[in-house]
Amino acid sequence: MTAGVSVENLTVAYDDFLALDDVSIEVAAGESYGLVGESGSGKSTLLRAIAGLSPVAGGRILLDGKPLDIRHRDKAFYRKVQMVFQDPYGSLHPRQTVDRLLQEPLAIHGIADSERRILRALDEVGLGSSFRFRYSHQLSGGQRQRIAIARALIIEPQVMLLDEPTSALDASVQAEVLNLLEQVRRDRKLTYIMVSHDLGVVTHMCERLAVMKNGKVVERLSSADLVEGRLREDYTKNLMVASKGFVRAEA
Amino acid sequence: MSTMLDVDDLRVSFPTRTGTIEAVRGVSFTLGRERLGIVGESGSGKSQTGRAIMGLTPSHARISAKTLNFDGIDLLTAPQKVRRNLRGSRIAMILQDPKYSLNPVMSIGRQIVETLRTHETVSKSEARDRAIAMLEAVQIRDAARVFDLHPHEVSGGMGQRAMIAMMLIAGPELLIADEPTSALDVTVQLEVLGILDKLVAERGMGLIFISHDLRLVSSFCDRVIVMYAGRIVEELAASELGNAKHPYTQGLLNCMPVLGTDRHPLPVLDRKPEWAL
Repeated sequence: MTAGVSVENLTVAYDDFLALDDVSIEVAAGESYGLVGESGSGKSTLLRAIAGLSPVAGGRILLDGKPLDIRHRDKAFYRKVQMVFQDPYGSLHPRQTVDRLLQEPLAIHGIADSERRILRALDEVGLGSSFRFRYSHQLSGGQRQRIAIARALIIEPQVMLLDEPTSALDASVQAEVLNLLEQVRRDRKLTYIMVSHDLGVVTHMCERLAVMKNGKVVERLSSADLVEGRLREDYTKNLMVASKGFVRAEA
Repeated sequence: MSTMLDVDDLRVSFPTRTGTIEAVRGVSFTLGRERLGIVGESGSGKSQTGRAIMGLTPSHARISAKTLNFDGIDLLTAPQKVRRNLRGSRIAMILQDPKYSLNPVMSIGRQIVETLRTHETVSKSEARDRAIAMLEAVQIRDAARVFDLHPHEVSGGMGQRAMIAMMLIAGPELLIADEPTSALDVTVQLEVLGILDKLVAERGMGLIFISHDLRLVSSFCDRVIVMYAGRIVEELAASELGNAKHPYTQGLLNCMPVLGTDRHPLPVLDRKPEWAL
């Protein structure tokens, strides 16, 4: 059971500044879709606009082909769409235990059987029940991000919005979290929309991606195109060069 | 190549309520006028190693070493006054995030001038000229305008370049760069690294480059030290990275998703308890 997401001509404006300018993307059900670009390109804004965290000025968002009432999202929407944020140090309540954190979405959506669900969610993200009554400051960055993923998964969403889920983590921990995300997507047939500035991560996780710059999508391509260097835009080529790492200019 | 910095058996530990935490446990290396990379994960002690050399370890921590010698000065026994004079003028440090490490209520120019006038007796107008020249050297266009801006008015890449300018203005011999580009965009990262590389080469400085990114470090440095749990597990020439022997180094190299490779799932580190012994 999954849902596709399409965004049509979406515009987000902060006063006179257009953070998103007429952006359209189409994500099929069960697909993993990447958004890349540098800071300020609007990739996170697009994700937040879908989640209802950015002021949408125009355009449509369709979930499973049904247009969404952007001003008044109902609970059913949030049951289907969940988000994981970039910074695991900022996205967990510092004075709530893991148990309380995972209890919250269940209470909001009136889901019974919380005991079993919490234990299963912890198990699914590879943490086990011993973590249940800890506070987030007692966890490492990778463990916190696993809790954030568990919190999103616990209400069984169909679409996951991932905003740089591993950029605050060590490379070795990043590999573990990426593997977890892939595993979960396979098991639950989820749709992912993933923001990252790391082309290696995006091509690893996503089949297709959109390159964004200054609030616009400048190029849409498949990961295979990217790997083989079939790029149209100079901007994408620059990102490619940057991802290859530092090369000393010959004197 | 003469040795500038000699570190032998450096240990840094923090007494806490629940026992002593040993952050650095016996690190030894020497540094001449070269680029040395220190790589490791969070908590491996790489930053504390840099801070101990710089003299920025918190006062409640305990530092010990058989030798901690910078150009004939014993850093462990040197009085605070001597260390203060060294800091900023002969040893300088670039920190990770310009958003947090620049003074938010002081203009960029004044911060650079402050460094210069702390270590050299120069007139205000000369200090200003030199600061602007330094901002130009880190490829900031319109340096005179940026001089009067506050840190919140510039981008991360610009802020980091301002920090490099601030650290290099007094002409240090040893530069410690602690994750200088981790907080920056990929496209800006390369620019900043290019500038850093050029200035280090031109001025013949020694560089300690601390990072968690093994590939980046190996492309930037001559020699790489890999740290795990407060110890050096492997030291190798940057060009020899492919022949790394320690499983931890190999694991770090393998776990990154690389363009054009198809590995699902990604190999993860299988941490062996004996690595931390």
